[in-house]
Amino acid sequence: MGIKQQLIKFTKKGIYCPQGKFYLDPWFPVDYAIISHGHADHARWGMKYYLCQNDSKAILRHRIGADIKIESLGYDEPIYINGVQVSFHPAGHVIGSAQIRLEYKGYVVVFTGDYKTQPDFISQPFESIKCNTFITESTFGLPIYNWKSEKELQSELHEWVASNQTNSRTSVFLGYSLGKAQRLMSLLDGCDDIYVHRAIHNLNEAISSSGIELPKTTLLTADFDKKELQNKIIIMPPGLLGSRLLKRVPNAATAICSGWMQIRGNRRWQSVDAGFAVSDHADWNGLISAVKATEAEQVYVTHGSQAVFSKYLNEIGIKADELKTEYGDEKMAEAEKESETLQAE
Amino acid sequence: MKQFSDLISAIEITNKTNAKIDALVNYFGAAPDKDKLWLIALFTGKRPSRPVKTTLMKQWCMEITELPEWLFLESYSTVGDLGETIALLLPKPTHKLELSLTEWMSELKKLKPKSDEEKKKFVLEAWSGLEQQERLIFNKLIGGSFRIGVSKKTLVNALAKLTGIDANQLMHSIIGNWDINSISFEELIKGTHINYDNSKPYPFCLAYALEKELPELGKPQEWIVEQKWDGIRGQIVKRNNEIYIWSRGEELVTQQFPELVEVMSNFKDDFVIDGEILAMKDNAVLLFNDLQKRLNRKNVTKKLLEEVPIGFYAYDILEFNGDDIREQPFGKRRQILEKIFNSITLPDHLKLSFIVDFEAWEDLYDIRENSRAINSEGLMLKQKASPYHTGRKKGDWWKWKVDPLTIDAVMIYAQKGSGRRSSKYTDYTFAVKKEDGLVTVAKAYSGLTDKEITEISRWVNKNAIEKFGPVRTVKPELVFEIAFEGIAFSKRHKSGVALRFPRIARWRKDKPASEIDTLETVKQLITAP
Repeated sequence: MGIKQQLIKFTKKGIYCPQGKFYLDPWFPVDYAIISHGHADHARWGMKYYLCQNDSKAILRHRIGADIKIESLGYDEPIYINGVQVSFHPAGHVIGSAQIRLEYKGYVVVFTGDYKTQPDFISQPFESIKCNTFITESTFGLPIYNWKSEKELQSELHEWVASNQTNSRTSVFLGYSLGKAQRLMSLLDGCDDIYVHRAIHNLNEAISSSGIELPKTTLLTADFDKKELQNKIIIMPPGLLGSRLLKRVPNAATAICSGWMQIRGNRRWQSVDAGFAVSDHADWNGLISAVKATEAEQVYVTHGSQAVFSKYLNEIGIKADELKTEYGDEKMAEAEKESETLQAE
Repeated sequence: MKQFSDLISAIEITNKTNAKIDALVNYFGAAPDKDKLWLIALFTGKRPSRPVKTTLMKQWCMEITELPEWLFLESYSTVGDLGETIALLLPKPTHKLELSLTEWMSELKKLKPKSDEEKKKFVLEAWSGLEQQERLIFNKLIGGSFRIGVSKKTLVNALAKLTGIDANQLMHSIIGNWDINSISFEELIKGTHINYDNSKPYPFCLAYALEKELPELGKPQEWIVEQKWDGIRGQIVKRNNEIYIWSRGEELVTQQFPELVEVMSNFKDDFVIDGEILAMKDNAVLLFNDLQKRLNRKNVTKKLLEEVPIGFYAYDILEFNGDDIREQPFGKRRQILEKIFNSITLPDHLKLSFIVDFEAWEDLYDIRENSRAINSEGLMLKQKASPYHTGRKKGDWWKWKVDPLTIDAVMIYAQKGSGRRSSKYTDYTFAVKKEDGLVTVAKAYSGLTDKEITEISRWVNKNAIEKFGPVRTVKPELVFEIAFEGIAFSKRHKSGVALRFPRIARWRKDKPASEIDTLETVKQLITAP
């Protein structure tokens, strides 16, 4: 068995390290799981033991259960598991998100989980790591996806809020409670008072408990004062689109914030007032530059546009293969939405 | 072009007609006159011919971005719109160009006779000087078509709101013959180029679905019963040797049906008649699906005229030689209509709606059951003494459709089939309105032709929001008539109702999603056991 095969194996339960006897973001219950970040399709329920980055620990406890067996490490603090060197490196996706680096007998594998190369105001910026094998996501692996800079997004969002305010409308942003919500808070900080839904509020508390400072927000209670809320900013999970809570918001102007909003058809899909392409994933150029920077001899492309992105990489001389995983799965996203909605009640 | 670009963004994002109208009113209130005229021209299909071929635009975009063709096409299939794909693929602008809509249109006109090299220079210069949304609009201006959910009717309603001028008159004005260089906005909306007196339609009289037992209607002798043809209602206005055809949606559709215009010119009298526009061949009425091939075409080709010939069943007459006769009883109006139709030798494609011969109410049950066989939807019951009402009024006119029960619902999920159908989206989930949202009422497959399935699959690929898994959530936009054998209350279903043997009766390309049934109306179909 070659070193690479000792280090990484793709199984039905997830990406497995035979030498280290642990899994990376497994989708079935296993004994030892190393977790890249707190999103439900990567950090799942039922593992006997979890290892994650320090800032993800409270998030995982909050989302999976307070009684899980979990340990954490800082970025770039290698440990050895059965002879395999394991370390976390910033992925720039959400707070606590990490690329997982494995090294054994000089052979290096990097698994990205989800990542974003463009710096934002809140998560630790993405860091390139040289490796032999690179396992990359490809959510937005088409050249039509290119994000605006954080500054541009910031002024776009501030302008939208201001224009809503001149029309006496309350600005409601819809974004997932882990990641998008904190990103939006950072983008909207200083614009006006920000109210957040309970699902987001609870998560914010978990994040703050690990010593991370978040922009100031107020909990949106069920019995909110309509007058007080008028013209202000609200952030809530996307599952609440069409909810009674949202309907009670006075003169709400609603915006969906997601990379998919890059495309006109998607913006027009739901009856909202605006769609902003704010994504926590790498855009096309981000994916390409990340892959190139690793100088990997083998790339595996997971969830998203696997087929397109791996074909393109091969065409530009980088050996790449598609890798089927359970990440980015619709059902998981749905579960996430549901759990957030439940928490809302 | 900022104003125009903002208008397009505002219209695109909303699916509320009123919000679209407001955005248009704002634009008409603020834009320069010539820009307004261009907007009307572009939104009503009066567009100049395309100065640059799409293949060239695609080629130039690939050159700039250095993308292989397959990747360009992959992007295109995801976006679903060439102009938008190009706008998204191009690198960020290097400078800022500021031209008005009118200036862009005149530049594009000048471009038409130039060489490909000169065209390329102009287009590349524009691309590098415009932001993404403006770039998209520039690409659309080259193509000249804006499919953003603004119908002529919406445009006309906005102009009516702005000016207080009658919407039907405005419809005639914007559809009439006018040239952008020799008319002012003021003149156009005032209709100095048309004679509205010749085209003015009446509001349609509409029927309710029968909601009582036949004997409760009174004596059979007091009623006239006709087939309820399954086409589109149309009003033919013939005055002073001019002929206009209005659809029920108050759009002028004269140009779409040249065979009707031709036959109408054979009559000596002036009149306004109400009837059904149908696809008709060899004296038989064709299915609504066939008729759809003829709707909303800018040009009717000779081939199409032969493939799907149009016919007309006349139901009623509202005006005769200048006199409004809507208050006269239907029996009387029918006599006048018969007299006119007997004055010429009728060609096969113009018919007087035939009156169903019956003595007792019981006779109608069998007749109604047989309606499907002649592609009729059922029967229309009209009180002989009834005037031609304005709009929908209960009591005088009833529509009595054949079973099965049907509802109009919107597709919200699509799933790929299996076997031969595995590459296509063949299984759909449908929803009806519930308060401000939608609620699932049925899953259905079959009932569509392969061609329709192919068309829908392409649409699903373009309009699906997720990229993963076998089920695609789609924009609630495609409306289908769902037929089913029975309906009952159900606790297991989120909607609270269960349909028996639901199937797709037809694809209602003519209906916007705003017109689908509500859960309330669906529940009303449930009859007590």
